[in-house]
Amino acid sequence: MVAIVDYGVGNLFSLRSSLAAVGAEAVVTGDKDRIRRADKVILPGVGAFADAAALLRDTGLGRLVCDLAAEGKPLLGICLGMQLLFDESLEYGRHPGLGLIPGTVAPIREVIPLSYKVPHIGWNALHFPKDRPVHPLFRHIREGDCVYFVHSYYGANCADSVIATAEYGPELTAAVARENVMGVQFHPEKSGPVGLAILRAFCEEEEAGTC
Amino acid sequence: MITKRIIPCLDVKDGRVVKGVNFLGLSDVSSPVKLAKFYSDCGADELVFYDITASAEGRALFTDILTEVAATIFIPLTVGGGINSVEDFDRVLKCGADKVSVNSGAIRDPSLIARAAQKYGDQCVVLSVDAKRVGGQFRVFAKGGREDTGLDAIDWIRRGVANGAGEIVLNSIDTDGVKQGFDLEMLSAVCDAVDVPVIASGGAGSIGHFKALFHALPKVDAGLAASIFHFGEVSIPDLKRQLAADGITMRL
Repeated sequence: MVAIVDYGVGNLFSLRSSLAAVGAEAVVTGDKDRIRRADKVILPGVGAFADAAALLRDTGLGRLVCDLAAEGKPLLGICLGMQLLFDESLEYGRHPGLGLIPGTVAPIREVIPLSYKVPHIGWNALHFPKDRPVHPLFRHIREGDCVYFVHSYYGANCADSVIATAEYGPELTAAVARENVMGVQFHPEKSGPVGLAILRAFCEEEEAGTC
Repeated sequence: MITKRIIPCLDVKDGRVVKGVNFLGLSDVSSPVKLAKFYSDCGADELVFYDITASAEGRALFTDILTEVAATIFIPLTVGGGINSVEDFDRVLKCGADKVSVNSGAIRDPSLIARAAQKYGDQCVVLSVDAKRVGGQFRVFAKGGREDTGLDAIDWIRRGVANGAGEIVLNSIDTDGVKQGFDLEMLSAVCDAVDVPVIASGGAGSIGHFKALFHALPKVDAGLAASIFHFGEVSIPDLKRQLAADGITMRL
C-alpha cells in the first residue's frame, strides 16, 4: 500500500490514477495511522513553498513524514513535494523545509540564460550523473527519456544527492535521493509511459530496500 | 533542452469529438476517450479539449468524459470552452485538467485571468485567442470566431500575460481550416510581444507546415491541430520523427 499524503495542497486525481495504472494499491489520505501503516509514502505538492510547509507543520504531517523517513520507509517527493524535502527554500523569503535532503531550493532565473522562459515548462530529457550508478528509480527507463516539468525553483547545493538532471541552459536538478528518501522535480503522473515506469519502480516490492 | 510540443485538439460537443472547418459545418469524428488514448499512445505531447457544448447536460457530460480521459492517459491536459469564472477553473481542474484555457470568458471579464492566476498559478492559465486581419490590424474575435470584439490582438495578448496568463494559444481565423500552413506573420508578431510559451494553431495541412513553423519561428513552443490528426492525414509519430530528423528537438 502506497499512501499519498493529503495535506490540503493541490489536486491528487492524476497521481492516484497513475498509481492505479501501474497496479499499485494507493490511498490519498491525511490520516496519520493510515500513512504510518503504508509500505511507501508519496509527498505531492503544487503551489507556493511557504504555504505548503506551513500546512505540513500545522497538520503534524511533516513531522510524521520525517519520522517515517528516519525509520527507513521509502518516501518519494514530487515537484513541490521534492522541494519540501530540502533544508530550506528561497521562494519569497527564506523558509525551512523538512531537512531530509541537504540543500537549498533556489530560483532558476538566477542560473539560466536571460532568453530562457520561466517557469521551465514542458518535456525535457533526463540525464544521469556519470560518476554514480543509475538509481533504481530509473531502472525501467533510459537516459535521454523525456519527462514533464513545471517549475520556477530548483534544488541547489545538493550535488551529492542528485540522481538526474535536465538541461535548461545549465543542468538543473531533476531528481534527488538519499537512501530511502527520493524526490523528483518533474511530474511522473504527467510524463506518459516514462513517468509510469518511474512510479512503477518506486511501488514495486522487489528491491524495496534500495528504492 | 525543452522539446517542441505537438498538440492534437479535440472539440467536444455532447460527448463526441467534432471539428469544424472555419468553425462552420461541424462533423463528427470519434469518441473523446478513445481518441485521447490513441493520441497519447502515438506520442502526442499534450491534449487540448474544447467544450463547445452550450447546455448544462452537455457540460456535465463533458466533465464526466474529462474525468475518464484523465484516469486513462497521463500527459498534460488543457481544457477550454465555457470557462467564465474561477469556479469553472475549479470544476475542470478537479476532473484532472492541468491547464485551463480562457477565451470569450476573459473578453467579457478581463479580471478572470488575474483571479485564476492568483489562485492556481500562471502556469495553469492559458489565454486562447481567435484573431483575424481587419483593416491592417490583427483583431480579436469572440464566440468561436463570429464576433469582432474590436480589440487589437497584440495589445490583448500583452495585457493577458501581464495579468498572469502563462501560455498563449494563437488561432488565426485567416488560416484555420484551409490547410495552407500556419499564420507565420501573425505568430511572429505575438512571439515578439510576449515571453511566455506560444502555441500555434490554425492552418496546418502537412508535415512541411510544422517544419516551416518551427524553423521560421524558434520562439514558438508548440503546434496545435485537429482535423489533420483526426482524419489521419498527418500521423503524429511520422511528424515527430521527421521534425527530429530536421533538427527540431522532439520527445520521441
